[in-house]
Amino acid sequence: MAVALVLVLIVVGSVLFHLLSPWWWTPIASNWAYIDNTIIITFWITGIVFAAVVLFMAYCVFRFRHREANRAAYEPENKRLESWLTIVTAVGVTALLVPGLFVWSRFVNVPSDATDVEVVGQQWQWSFRLPGKDGKLGTSDTRDVSADNPLGVIGGDPNGQDDVVVEAADLHLPVGKPVKMLLRSIDVLHDFYIPEFRAKMDMIPGSVTYFWFTPTRTGTFQVLCAELCGQGHPLMHGVVVVDTQQDYVAWLGQQQTFAQLSAPQQTGSVEQAPGKTTGLKIAAKLETAGAR
Amino acid sequence: MSVILVFLLVIAGFAGWWLSHQRLMGKPWLEQGLASDFVAFDRSALPTAKIGLGVFLAVVGCLFALFTSAYFMRMTVSDWQPLPLPRLLWFNTGVLILSSVALQCASVAARRGQVDMVRLGLVTAGLTALAFLIGQLMAWRQLTDDGYLLSSNPANSFFYLITGMHGLHILGGLVGLGRTTAGAWNGARPERLRLSVELCAMYWHFLLFVWLAIFALLAGWAATFVDICQRLLT
Amino acid sequence: MVDITPADGIPPAEVAEVELYHPRSWWTKYVFSQDAKVIAIQYSATATGIGLVALVLSWLMRLQLGFPGTFDFITPEAYYQFITMHGMIMVIYLLTALFLGGFGNYLIPLMVGARDMVFPYVNMLSYWIYLLAVLVLVSGFFAPGGPTGAGWTLYPPQAILSGTPGGQGWGIILMLSSLILFIIGFTMGGLNYVVTVLQGRTRGMTMMRLPLTVWGIFTATVMALLAFPALFVASVMMLLDRALGTSFFMPAISEMGEQLPHNGGSPILFQHLFWFFGHPEVYIVALPAFGIVSDLISTHARKNIFGYRMMVWAIVGIGALSFVVWAHHMYVSGMHPYFGFFFATTTLIIAIPTAIKVYNWVLTLWRGDIHLTIPMLFALAFIVTFVNGGLTGLFLGNVVVDVPLSDTMFVVAHFHMVMGVAPILVVFGAIYHWYPKVTGRMLNEMLGRFHFWVTFLGAYLIFFPMHYLGLMGVPRRYAELTDMTIMTESAHHLNSFISIMAFIVGFAQMVFLFNLIWSIRHGREAGGNPWRATTLEWQTPHTPPAHGNFGKDLPIVYRWAYDYSVPGAKEDFIPQNMPGSFGPSREPA
Repeated sequence: MAVALVLVLIVVGSVLFHLLSPWWWTPIASNWAYIDNTIIITFWITGIVFAAVVLFMAYCVFRFRHREANRAAYEPENKRLESWLTIVTAVGVTALLVPGLFVWSRFVNVPSDATDVEVVGQQWQWSFRLPGKDGKLGTSDTRDVSADNPLGVIGGDPNGQDDVVVEAADLHLPVGKPVKMLLRSIDVLHDFYIPEFRAKMDMIPGSVTYFWFTPTRTGTFQVLCAELCGQGHPLMHGVVVVDTQQDYVAWLGQQQTFAQLSAPQQTGSVEQAPGKTTGLKIAAKLETAGAR
Repeated sequence: MSVILVFLLVIAGFAGWWLSHQRLMGKPWLEQGLASDFVAFDRSALPTAKIGLGVFLAVVGCLFALFTSAYFMRMTVSDWQPLPLPRLLWFNTGVLILSSVALQCASVAARRGQVDMVRLGLVTAGLTALAFLIGQLMAWRQLTDDGYLLSSNPANSFFYLITGMHGLHILGGLVGLGRTTAGAWNGARPERLRLSVELCAMYWHFLLFVWLAIFALLAGWAATFVDICQRLLT
Repeated sequence: MVDITPADGIPPAEVAEVELYHPRSWWTKYVFSQDAKVIAIQYSATATGIGLVALVLSWLMRLQLGFPGTFDFITPEAYYQFITMHGMIMVIYLLTALFLGGFGNYLIPLMVGARDMVFPYVNMLSYWIYLLAVLVLVSGFFAPGGPTGAGWTLYPPQAILSGTPGGQGWGIILMLSSLILFIIGFTMGGLNYVVTVLQGRTRGMTMMRLPLTVWGIFTATVMALLAFPALFVASVMMLLDRALGTSFFMPAISEMGEQLPHNGGSPILFQHLFWFFGHPEVYIVALPAFGIVSDLISTHARKNIFGYRMMVWAIVGIGALSFVVWAHHMYVSGMHPYFGFFFATTTLIIAIPTAIKVYNWVLTLWRGDIHLTIPMLFALAFIVTFVNGGLTGLFLGNVVVDVPLSDTMFVVAHFHMVMGVAPILVVFGAIYHWYPKVTGRMLNEMLGRFHFWVTFLGAYLIFFPMHYLGLMGVPRRYAELTDMTIMTESAHHLNSFISIMAFIVGFAQMVFLFNLIWSIRHGREAGGNPWRATTLEWQTPHTPPAHGNFGKDLPIVYRWAYDYSVPGAKEDFIPQNMPGSFGPSREPA
């Protein structure tokens, strides 16, 4: 009796928790509402299956619990029933898979009007690079990374000279414009993740990965690293600000290009850039933590 | 990962063949009584030790298939520079073939009960296998002397890694061979001796096959072959 | 009625040319024993011991997550070391070793009607190498710099760089060496389990008469033999990268402003190798649990397992399919995005045979005679948690749904539910079920019920709410959840609640351990077959089974393993080795 009751309570409790608890996803800020919808479909289908199986079990435990002189029925198998269950399951699985693959094909096919934005991860900070007036990012190589060239942009590439470099500071994006995030790392795996945008992708040293999205509302969003990257991993935060077009242009005007940064007389201004040393700060913080 | 998947497909083929003899479609609840009708399919007539060795060789094959998969995946990166294989490897291959042949002779002799021939075969196989190992070490020396160091290029790393792994398996086999040889001198029971010799021969032939495969891989023929396959498919 | 009479040409029950090993001294009987039953207990005890270490580590992690900033000694460095060792121990050194080395060794020979494993000496070596692997693993705690903190996935490059605890010290080297040893040891044991099922079955024990426990362990072992080499290859190559400076997995790296000598390596290659092992590993743990739980349900519901054939096909099918789904762990790894279509499809297909197994378990309960014994309770709890965890797998297997959820607490909750809690509940159920055979005494019922309720409800309360933290976007593997805009006040409270539940559940395990030890002497006498079960291990002449298991003659098998409540039979079970036909004519269904 008690067991059957607890099983029913588990189902009721789980459903109530799902409906009433305050813990739910963050308000979406990108075009990936498709993903949220797919999750909702999945919740419905899996929720029904979970409730059905556990409630059926509760019924069996209640109805067929052992009593004196009870004897179980003898039924080795029931092909019809099993075939039906297989078919119903296959239909359910298809109902999950088809919308999922449909949305995935959108996810991997970047619209042609998306602007490139490069994100570079390193232990433990985020830097960004935007194409300059030519609309192209210059090539880069980890071997060219140095104190003066933190992103490893290849100096000889003319496309790279006008690239806007945002080292260890906030990234701004214009609202409503699709962006293709080109992800790169110069040391270990990282993962560029903003919960409100839903999309994420690992960054791998030695290659460039990508995902795309369109910011749909203005605001300030926190970047998290979602791939373990050493002991500073939980502190590797960043900020992406989604601006109106005007604000974005104003911000862009204040940024410096690669050519400006690599010119020797400009080095003084680099040090003023806010938050430049987050990575080092984290390393210092970890060191004191280690000393305790 | 295509090499390992092809390898697993072969294993799956074996497993499927075996399963198809296990009456998976039967209705066991209807079959009471002594299952003599099915016992014929039941246990393999092969000695248990041979089946054990067979399973083990499947695992070893899996290991080398995975190394090959990794090799093919890594070699697509631009920093890959194939290294010239030392001529000595041809000689080593010959020695290893000789070793396998010697064990095959020993195995045939064991079946006929010619203990002297068995002893001769075992000793020849042991010595030639040792010669193979020494030859491999000399090839390593030659390569390092020529500046092809382990860490200077991934092709070198794979060469040392795969040949080393194969050498370790030969070394392990030599332990078994040593025990068999000791048995041949100390008067082990004939059927026992015969089984041991056959097991050694099985292992040796398999490692010879592995060696030929990795030789082809390291010499670059395997890559050409895979290339041709891919072109035929597309 | 198909009644088959003995005929000529029946092979002998004993395995040819394998001589039964006889211990000569106390040492060879209890320590360096070649008896599978002793080896099974050695495996189980070692796995439990190291599992306790992992349990304590999980407490320490929950202390940090539930009450951030309170415990100074849990630095980020220490946290990552705890999380890594916890994961690796639980998956490999506890669950794999316990299911295959522990249950496999004890149950396979008894259930198939053999005197012992076919290669007892190799079997013994297997245990000692496993023990060595465990010792090497534990030595990481005492090595300079401590154990590795690379996460149980050990992804390069970070696993062998200085930003990760133990990356440039001994930690990672010891971890990789320990894994290599474990794989060598496991291969030795695995050969035994497979070949014993192939060749050691007694007369009349056809494959389709095997209990599902043996099917589960057998298939899992075959998978493990083929999957572990991938981890072996990955470990050897990473060891060379770390120790000798090769570049298998290491690309050009600028670490903290310093250029490293590596060049061109592929971190993705490691991930492919790791998950080529890692995904089958999930089923290596799950399939024995599937098999065991089938037998528990059938025995304690006094009803044959529903759809036995379908269950066997599902086990084999899941085993085969699980080799072509590995990249679903890598949807956001940056591999070619078109792989997502293929792997999402294969992953969701594997849900079908898995669902069939669940249906057949609950249909076995239907019109059964359900005895709510402790093993049965654990089996029911397994179904609840496994269904829950399996269904959240449909979220993560569906490639685009995985994008926001991967690397969050949702994943942590999912895999703990499906391959942590669910198999562990089966382990407990199995221990309550077979303890009387191993020791001759029952475990204490009161303590057992306490242990069951706290473990089941507590574990559900830990991991069910955790999914919702993941849905909020809380990433996994965060040593501190501070300074994050998505972490609301209430989410911190939820974390504290989860931590408190974790301590309660952990405490219940101490009660269980006490029960295990106390009942050896003080438990109720069990008799040979306390559950009135059909399978061969309950039909041994001695309890605990003596050396050689079955006395002078091996049992002969006349029926499948599930003749419960057969109409017309006097008792509600017919042992597999009982001759004769029972029941009304059973016309083909």
